[in-house]
Amino acid sequence: MENATPSPAGNGSWSPRIIAFFCNWCTYTAADLAGVSRLKYAANTRTIRLMCSGRVDPQFILEAFAKGADGVLIGGCHPNDCHYAEGNYKMLRRFQLLKRMLKDLGIAEERLRLEWISAAEGEKVKSVINDMVKKITALGPLDLPGKFADWDREMTALAHAVESAPVEKEVAHA
Amino acid sequence: MYTPKKHEPVRIGFYVCHCGTNIAGMVDVQALARYVATLPNVVVSRDYKYMCSDPGQEMIVQDIIENRLNRIVVAACSPLLHEHTFREATRRGGLNPFFFQMVNIREHDSWVHTDRQLATRKAMALARAAIQRVPLHKPLEVKKVSINPNVLVVGGGIAGIHAALVLANAGKQVYLVERDPTIGGHMAKFDKTFPTLDCAMCVLSPKMAAAGSHPNITLWSYSEVVKVDGYVGNFKVTVRRKPRYVLEDLCTGCQECVEACIYKEPKFRDEFNLGLSKRKPVFLPFPQAIPPVVLIDPETCIELKTGKCKKTCVEACGDRKAIDFKQKEELREITVGTIIVATGFQIFDAKRTPYYGYGIYPNVYNALEVERLVNASGPTGGEIILRNGQVPKKVAIIHCVGSRDENSNRWCSRVCCLYSLKLAHLIHEHTQAEIYNFYIDIRTPGKSMEEFYCRIAEEGINLIRGRVADVYPDPSDGATGRLIVQAEDTMLDCIMKVPVDMVVLSVGLEPHSDTEKIRRLFNMSCSSEGWFLERHPKLAPVSTFTDGIFLAGCCQGPKDIPDSVAQAGAAAAEAFSLIDKGNIEQEPNTAFVVEAECSGCKSCIPLCPYTAISLLPDKKKAYINEALCKGCGTCVAACPSGSIVQNLFEDAEIFNEIEGLLAPTSF
Repeated sequence: MENATPSPAGNGSWSPRIIAFFCNWCTYTAADLAGVSRLKYAANTRTIRLMCSGRVDPQFILEAFAKGADGVLIGGCHPNDCHYAEGNYKMLRRFQLLKRMLKDLGIAEERLRLEWISAAEGEKVKSVINDMVKKITALGPLDLPGKFADWDREMTALAHAVESAPVEKEVAHA
Repeated sequence: MYTPKKHEPVRIGFYVCHCGTNIAGMVDVQALARYVATLPNVVVSRDYKYMCSDPGQEMIVQDIIENRLNRIVVAACSPLLHEHTFREATRRGGLNPFFFQMVNIREHDSWVHTDRQLATRKAMALARAAIQRVPLHKPLEVKKVSINPNVLVVGGGIAGIHAALVLANAGKQVYLVERDPTIGGHMAKFDKTFPTLDCAMCVLSPKMAAAGSHPNITLWSYSEVVKVDGYVGNFKVTVRRKPRYVLEDLCTGCQECVEACIYKEPKFRDEFNLGLSKRKPVFLPFPQAIPPVVLIDPETCIELKTGKCKKTCVEACGDRKAIDFKQKEELREITVGTIIVATGFQIFDAKRTPYYGYGIYPNVYNALEVERLVNASGPTGGEIILRNGQVPKKVAIIHCVGSRDENSNRWCSRVCCLYSLKLAHLIHEHTQAEIYNFYIDIRTPGKSMEEFYCRIAEEGINLIRGRVADVYPDPSDGATGRLIVQAEDTMLDCIMKVPVDMVVLSVGLEPHSDTEKIRRLFNMSCSSEGWFLERHPKLAPVSTFTDGIFLAGCCQGPKDIPDSVAQAGAAAAEAFSLIDKGNIEQEPNTAFVVEAECSGCKSCIPLCPYTAISLLPDKKKAYINEALCKGCGTCVAACPSGSIVQNLFEDAEIFNEIEGLLAPTSF
């Protein structure tokens, strides 16, 4: 076997989980083709099929990160090839905006990826997924649920601290 | 039909398919079934060898009845393959077919991963997503759209002609559009065909004539499709009819104008004979051309170029008045329900393999040129006469030029071995020349092909296994144009240098150079080589990913004539089956607006590529015309108030999928 994919978990070690949104006509079919061609790639992606990449709501992406995804991959038809004329351009616009926002949220750029993969490009499904797994493995876990839990704990602790602090009887108002 | 009530508890049946060992070999299906059984709402969880088999489907039907299931999830192959099968089984069990969700654990899992534990883990996550999604499914109705019975066939080679005739004979109105001035395609250029050695034109010309005169076929030659709008059942197609400066209805094909042309001798390159002969500015491509209508080439006609010709052609035409120098190109719009694409191939340009000397040494020919040379109606009347006027005594035929070659095209063009053997036979028959065929492997699959090979081999041609490295002029004999063919005979393990008078390059088949343009026009996909991609290599070999558009002939990949004709028949049958049904069932994945939540912001309206969304003027709410909506979901994703819902892909369903895919793994 020639694939030098990162060894994903199974033995307790961490390995990224990537949510993939693939459009029905190009990229999902390309992933089917990769299967029919018996190409081998890393087992880290979990695919959700949508009719068009234009259906990808930015909330889906944020939700995926919030629920513990280490990366999100969006696959659509090449420019000009969209089954619905221009849904992929709509996705591209949202992608550009969202990328800036993710940066502000402290989520590394490499964790969100948009790729144009046509129905004939089974090979590209393989190379994109393997490459993404490699890059995200290097980045390490995002673990937003863990961070949320930490923040909750901090907030609770803070709230406790505030409540139990001795209340000053007189407050000087200058 | 049974529709579960809202308050009724969800009861899911889960089925995992072994697909023989295709899935079970890499995914622990029993463990998967056991795991899913522990998930909420799951009542039945089973694994079975072949879920798509009758007993597999029957199991679903029985379970629905006996266990009062109201949701079905099947983990098997791609939904693009068997979603329909299992929706049907769900329906037969008495449920609305859309209370079903499919999990792809073959193409997206067992076939692409190598670690059984990881593949099983992935299958569990995918199954869990479906189990969390399916309770939200709603009963949906399949929409039926009527289908226009007219058919467009693009390309008038043997595949297009055959498809058009099959449909026209069944009483359908067919538009046959051909880019060249005549139909017939490559086959019209061939001399004899393998393996029977019957004459190509003898079998083709009756079909061409039938297509040309069929009352149900509108033949538009010298025309190109320039625009395709709409969808299966109702395509609006614009065809550009190029001016031939001759009125088709009035021209009788007498060719008196050709006689009378101011050019007394043919002077210009004859495309049909690949430049091996000359034609006049007004010409008929070849004697059996269909339609039998001459055309005038604006590049070479003096009248069209300068307006200063004596117009002897018009004089000759006389009362028929068929010549019209003012003819302009026309755009014609037609409506059809289905389209068959049969645009064929182009031959490999042998100049891309310069070491074989094509275009450098006059005695190097490509195989299509030789087809014309051996053809009785060809430029030499069927005599094989070289460009220097001599008859060759020794001929080398080089196989696999532009095929099976890392530097040009990697695929096997499938027909070259056989046509090379055929040409060896024909050249020998015409000239008694000594023939050397240089091959990599002889590939002769198909009915009667191996027998043909044996027959030709026994005729005494020299078959040499070895790729030719070089073709160069014989240094001892510069004047006659004799060439040396250098190759390694891999059987004898020696370098051969064979002096020959003529070299024939068996060029391969490749996609048209403007394939990309055609692909875009019809919204199809191409394989990485550039051939149009069929929907499924085995189960839907003539369908494309665009409903209502079918493929026939070499545009889908190299083929011989019998296979092209068979495929054309199949494409015609597919089109006919759609037409005869009268309507098409459409996936009910359209979107609708929840009026109570719509703020009337109009963000969605410009996003829709089908202008299906409008603002209700009285209510100030968006409204989606379901008949126009194609179900892309772009508006749904963009709606700021989340008031647009896409059937089958509701936000809540996707969120549940995400959650299911990422739920903490406890296994």
